Amino acid sequence: MPERILDVKSLTKRFGGFVALNAVDFHLDEGERLGLIGPNGSGKTTMINCISGSLFCDQGVITFKGADVTRLAAHRRTRRGIVRSFQIPRPFRSMTVLQNLLIPMEYAASHSGGTTEAEAREILDLVGFRNRANANSGRLTQVDMRKLELARALAAKPQLLISDEAMAGLSSSEVDEILDILFKLNARGVAVIMIEHIMRAVFRFSERVIVLDAGRKIAEGTPAEIVKDPEVEKAYLGV
Amino acid sequence: MRSGGFWGFIIGALLVGIAFVALGKNEYYYFAAYVILQSLIMAVAWNILGGFTGYVNFGAAGFFAVAAYTTIALNKYLQGLGLQPPMLVYIAAGAVVCGLIGLGTGYLTLRLRGVYFAIATLALAVVFQTLANNWDYVGGAKGSYILTPAPPPFFSSYIKYLFFVMLLMSLFAIIVSRYIVHSKFGRGLAAVRDDEVAAECMGVPTLRLKLISTTVMGVLMGMAGAPYPFYVTYVDPQSAFSLGIAVNAIAMPMIGGTAYWYGPVIGAILLGTAQEVISVTISSELNVFLVGVVLVSFVILAPSGLVGLVNDLRARVKSRA
Repeated sequence: MPERILDVKSLTKRFGGFVALNAVDFHLDEGERLGLIGPNGSGKTTMINCISGSLFCDQGVITFKGADVTRLAAHRRTRRGIVRSFQIPRPFRSMTVLQNLLIPMEYAASHSGGTTEAEAREILDLVGFRNRANANSGRLTQVDMRKLELARALAAKPQLLISDEAMAGLSSSEVDEILDILFKLNARGVAVIMIEHIMRAVFRFSERVIVLDAGRKIAEGTPAEIVKDPEVEKAYLGV
Repeated sequence: MRSGGFWGFIIGALLVGIAFVALGKNEYYYFAAYVILQSLIMAVAWNILGGFTGYVNFGAAGFFAVAAYTTIALNKYLQGLGLQPPMLVYIAAGAVVCGLIGLGTGYLTLRLRGVYFAIATLALAVVFQTLANNWDYVGGAKGSYILTPAPPPFFSSYIKYLFFVMLLMSLFAIIVSRYIVHSKFGRGLAAVRDDEVAAECMGVPTLRLKLISTTVMGVLMGMAGAPYPFYVTYVDPQSAFSLGIAVNAIAMPMIGGTAYWYGPVIGAILLGTAQEVISVTISSELNVFLVGVVLVSFVILAPSGLVGLVNDLRARVKSRA
């Protein structure tokens, strides 16, 4: 049995009277690939905001590697190994690609053994940025910014990577490039939660899929089970 | 600038300052240089929060004046006890008080960003001005006189001494600012400036960094304001909280270039000197006008300041060659 790395119990988040997440339970094993899907507004991004610490949940407990992290500030969770990328790329625009990676290396990875510039270059190799180390990060193309998002997340030495719609709006070959990066990363033992609207990518990548609808978990299972689930069909097609 | 060059510049500036003190005859030059250096410290201090961290402080005059009033109050109290402490005591007091106010500003405005932060700092300055207006111990709205002490040994006049103190503090501020830019702390501040949410998620303790940044800014501004009463000998709220001080503290880094430690230094020397020359040769009203025009032109034409402009030109020449 692989060990549980993340355990989320009855996670609830309200914005005023609106319940964005309603008592969601789920868990993740070490090195697992989990897909998180759901219609727009179903609470996917709120959920990862709560797990990464960008938002505090109203109720529920989040346990990471056996420790309660529910009330921990976002930067402390990053240092423990919960790292996220953003749906809309948020590079440090005044910095080069390499400098972007050095921020999490100095501030996050140094707390778990430390990294060096050689490792930064290795990460750049992994995402295919070998010759772009000194490029101005604010002037990258969309797909390159997505890659930079992932590279920067890797530089923080994650044990759990939460990838928030890293592929939205990309062409089919670009989607494959990003998938390839995530698979390589997972092969190194990093657990991945992938939030995505591109079903082809989610079903190819995930070992297990969770479906959210209106703040509730409505289904969970292997990709093959999820496609056949009547609840999921209803949530997506409204029949 | 490489390390050797930087320390050469610091020592060179110090030697020039010593020679100036030893050889100068006309006292006017010390008065003028004092004002320029005072603006330089304010600009360098402002830039630590404004340029490096990305938080625009419109209340620079508030910090400056609080330090000036700390000197007035402390001087009055100590005179009552029959004491005449050295300048260092006043500077330390101003630095501590303004550092604490900086820290407090950081705490009170944690959730404010962009224009809201700027408005909050402006409001803070107004609050302190109101306090000064109504505090009788330091003269209230009619202001307060302070006696110039005798010049210390090695200095033939008190203004020479004040100039030299200001020079030392300017060099100190420049060293601090350059150290920050090249440190892990400074890189964290740059991440906060570029994208605070992303910085936090990359492990940067954004809150702590912001608090340190507002505190360091406060300390340096306090140092700049503490000797002011000895320079003017008469302080009233109107002049101590003058908008000109706040505007200069913003304009000088913007003109020089906010992303570099030497940006505000260049901006302060150029704009400060121009202001002094114009107020002597033409009129003191015109120099206020000058700041406005220069600031607007830079914001529109060269948003990254002179340093940025030079870098752009260099890059263009290179790409052509």
